[in-house]
Amino acid sequence: MDDLISDFLTEANESLEVIDIELVRFEAHPGDRPALDKIFRLVHTLKGTCGFLGLGRLESLAHAGETLLGRFRDGKLQVSGEAVTLVLKSIDRIKTVIDGLGATGAEPAGDDSDLITALEAMAMGAPPPETSESEPEPEPEPEQQVEGYDPVLGRALRPGEVSTADLDAAFAAAEGPVDFAPASLPEAPVPAPAAETRPAESVEEDSAPIAAAQSIRVGVDVLEDMMTLVSELVLTRNQLLQINRSRSDDSFSPPLQRLSTITGELQDSVMKTRMQPIGQAWKKLPRIIRDLANELDKKIDLVLEGETTELDRQVLEQIRDPLTHMVRNSADHGLEGPADRRAAGKAETGTIHLSAYHEGGSIVIRLRDDGRGLDTARIREKAIEKGLLTRSDAEALTESQVHRLIFAPGFSTAAAITNVSGRGVGMDVVRSNIEQIGGQIDLQSTFGSGCTVTIKIPLTLAIISALIVGASGERFAVPQGAVLALIKIGEGAEHRTEVIEQVRMVRLREQLVPLIDLGAELGLTQALQPNFVMIMKVGSHRFGVIVEEVIDTEEIVVKLLASVLRNISVFSGATLLGDGSVVLIIEPNGLSQRAGEMPQAARRAIDAAATSDEDAKIERKTMLLVRVGSGALKAVELGQITRLEHVPVAELQHLGSRAALQYRGKLMPVLCVDDDQRLKTEGVQPMLVVAGMLYTMGLAVDHIVDVVETPVTIELSPTKTGIIGTALINGRATEIIDLDHFMIMALAEHSRTGPAVQAAQTQEAA
Amino acid sequence: MSVRDYVTVRVGGHLFGIEALSIQDVFYPRNITPVPLAAHEILGVLNLRGRIVTAVCARRRLGLQPREAGAPEPKAVGIEVGGDNYGLIVDQVESVMKLDSDELIPPPDNLPQRWAEIIPGVFRLPDSLLVIFDAPRLLTAGLQLGAAA
Repeated sequence: MDDLISDFLTEANESLEVIDIELVRFEAHPGDRPALDKIFRLVHTLKGTCGFLGLGRLESLAHAGETLLGRFRDGKLQVSGEAVTLVLKSIDRIKTVIDGLGATGAEPAGDDSDLITALEAMAMGAPPPETSESEPEPEPEPEQQVEGYDPVLGRALRPGEVSTADLDAAFAAAEGPVDFAPASLPEAPVPAPAAETRPAESVEEDSAPIAAAQSIRVGVDVLEDMMTLVSELVLTRNQLLQINRSRSDDSFSPPLQRLSTITGELQDSVMKTRMQPIGQAWKKLPRIIRDLANELDKKIDLVLEGETTELDRQVLEQIRDPLTHMVRNSADHGLEGPADRRAAGKAETGTIHLSAYHEGGSIVIRLRDDGRGLDTARIREKAIEKGLLTRSDAEALTESQVHRLIFAPGFSTAAAITNVSGRGVGMDVVRSNIEQIGGQIDLQSTFGSGCTVTIKIPLTLAIISALIVGASGERFAVPQGAVLALIKIGEGAEHRTEVIEQVRMVRLREQLVPLIDLGAELGLTQALQPNFVMIMKVGSHRFGVIVEEVIDTEEIVVKLLASVLRNISVFSGATLLGDGSVVLIIEPNGLSQRAGEMPQAARRAIDAAATSDEDAKIERKTMLLVRVGSGALKAVELGQITRLEHVPVAELQHLGSRAALQYRGKLMPVLCVDDDQRLKTEGVQPMLVVAGMLYTMGLAVDHIVDVVETPVTIELSPTKTGIIGTALINGRATEIIDLDHFMIMALAEHSRTGPAVQAAQTQEAA
Repeated sequence: MSVRDYVTVRVGGHLFGIEALSIQDVFYPRNITPVPLAAHEILGVLNLRGRIVTAVCARRRLGLQPREAGAPEPKAVGIEVGGDNYGLIVDQVESVMKLDSDELIPPPDNLPQRWAEIIPGVFRLPDSLLVIFDAPRLLTAGLQLGAAA
């Protein structure tokens, strides 16, 4: 294909994407002058280039579109949804023609008079009172060009029913080669200023100094090659460093150190060249949502946030389709129509909120809608209907487990198959796409108020940080992103493993985590010395992997395995370590599948533990909120309190710094929860009475605030003694009181030994 | 007449020929990292000058007996298939023969299946037959099916 044409194609496609976005924005904010100017300029440039390249069909279309846009710009025509739709349609047609051009090298034959006529009619729609007078003075920026051909517009618009041919002729005569060709002929094929969206030619026309053109276009293959070479360099450096470590002579150390630093920096720089803002993958979304909203008769706001968050272009390519699919899904299934929304007491306009941000070496993408949320009952029914689950199994599932069913293959709940979604190819494809690139997907939904899908994907697929572990005498690399924690098991270790229903498990903060033995899973030998467990999390599935050794953490360069090995789901690739040996990289998703295969009974045991304990998002606790001292609100589980008392201060006995109270015939120590707390000196002193097995204590508080039933998840670790940690209760950070701590203090107060020691052991697990 | 170079290799006492053009290098396969769950014929992966090479055992591939203890160290013939690097592990690499590919005759019909699919033909040498391997097929065909999922 002609170089000129192929450069044109690249530029045109980029321009069209921007036009799409800007048009949708412009429609929403008709006053957005810069957006309109940008669209106008891009369409104009497109038209100019087409004329120059002799692409008549495209030129006519672009010209007609430009004419209409010109009317908006001059304020002659009100911006209407109809008009924007028409322009978008023309843009689509232009895209089709351009695709054809890309495929065959020539403009495909076709008739666009329908669109052109419509565009012209629309442009004529508003009365054009003083067209030719005001038009020659448009925007300051593209002055020259506009002056050059605006009279043409004027002439073209006036008569109303100008034929395409006439339009073209007029256009070609006034502007064609005379204006453009001399300036742009030598430059157009040079794809130099990749800066944003302004193709070379608009730059020429504006004849403005282009200090901003600080970027150039580079072929992706060149970048890929550089990446491969740098990866090799990193490996070689690692090898050199390793060799150097074992040498007695350290004369190589300084230059090696330097080499090491430079290699690292080079690696960073090359990685940067591969980074692209995630907004690239979102470009089409505003248009898609706009069209969907029209089609489905819904009102939808799409809010994009964190568009500049960068990630590797390879990853970007992989998430583009899943993201689009998910956004469509939200618009179609998630958001209700205006009437339903009104009935539900919500704003008529539904919001789809897409955000991206970095978190460690990952990028987190969150898609939130304020629609109807997932219908748990319906999903359950559907799963049974589709034979994915038996009725009793389905009923045993918790709500969030049911929600995850939508990721099951072939699952779709759309009541009607719309144009948009509901064909049964859905979230399972999204999930597998995400998992293919080592990502994870999770979902939270509240019926009636919306659904949030969270995707976590690695920033790059090329270099990852990995944990090198040993099992059955072999070493394996495990991506660190998937490892939640590393715990020691075996003799003398804090954590013990137990076998429940033939499945080995470890109890971690009262949750049972099923274990698999890495060596055994891989068909090697079972671990002789099961020393460590890597707690891994894939999606919502948490499991532990037993290994014998944890050797190192290393930045590894991921290399693909040969095709004959690629179907082994537990390996995602291989890497070379510093000593030159090859180590296989474990694929967490693959392991997760293997770990997922366990007897039903064992699964039930895990679920039971999960629901009663840590998955306390589901279980609610009744908490007593109290205010003590000046710090945060504090809370204690009501069930642990024997009584609430309001004691007249006169009844309190002060023994030096300590206080006590005659309570039911015994002297009961009264403790303060907080250091800066003072017992009251008048009125009544509120206190929590806690009865242990052999003794009771009083815990003085300033006020008893409230009793709430709430889910409690400790989110922050303790900052001081006497506090288990901080949890969010009713949206406020609340410190949870560690009653055990005070029971032990009270025990000291009682200065009792013997039986009281046992009393101290009547602890509830925190 | 189209004369081609064939590298002859010995596997379990048999002599085989591989088109020399497809061979990148010959090396000693050392430090092989086994790949669990892979097909039986795949010995593992190794590092050859920064490239990851998948080692395929010719004896296992052909259903021959394993090497006797104390046999000389095997060699590997490096071959690239579909962008991946493979090493075919053989007992010995013998020599290079110039043969006219027009004289390649189809293999006998009664070859065992596992041989037939990887042997495009045979040369009649003065004193013996030289069986030719289709190296890409030998290295990849059907191997991924052997893997446990």
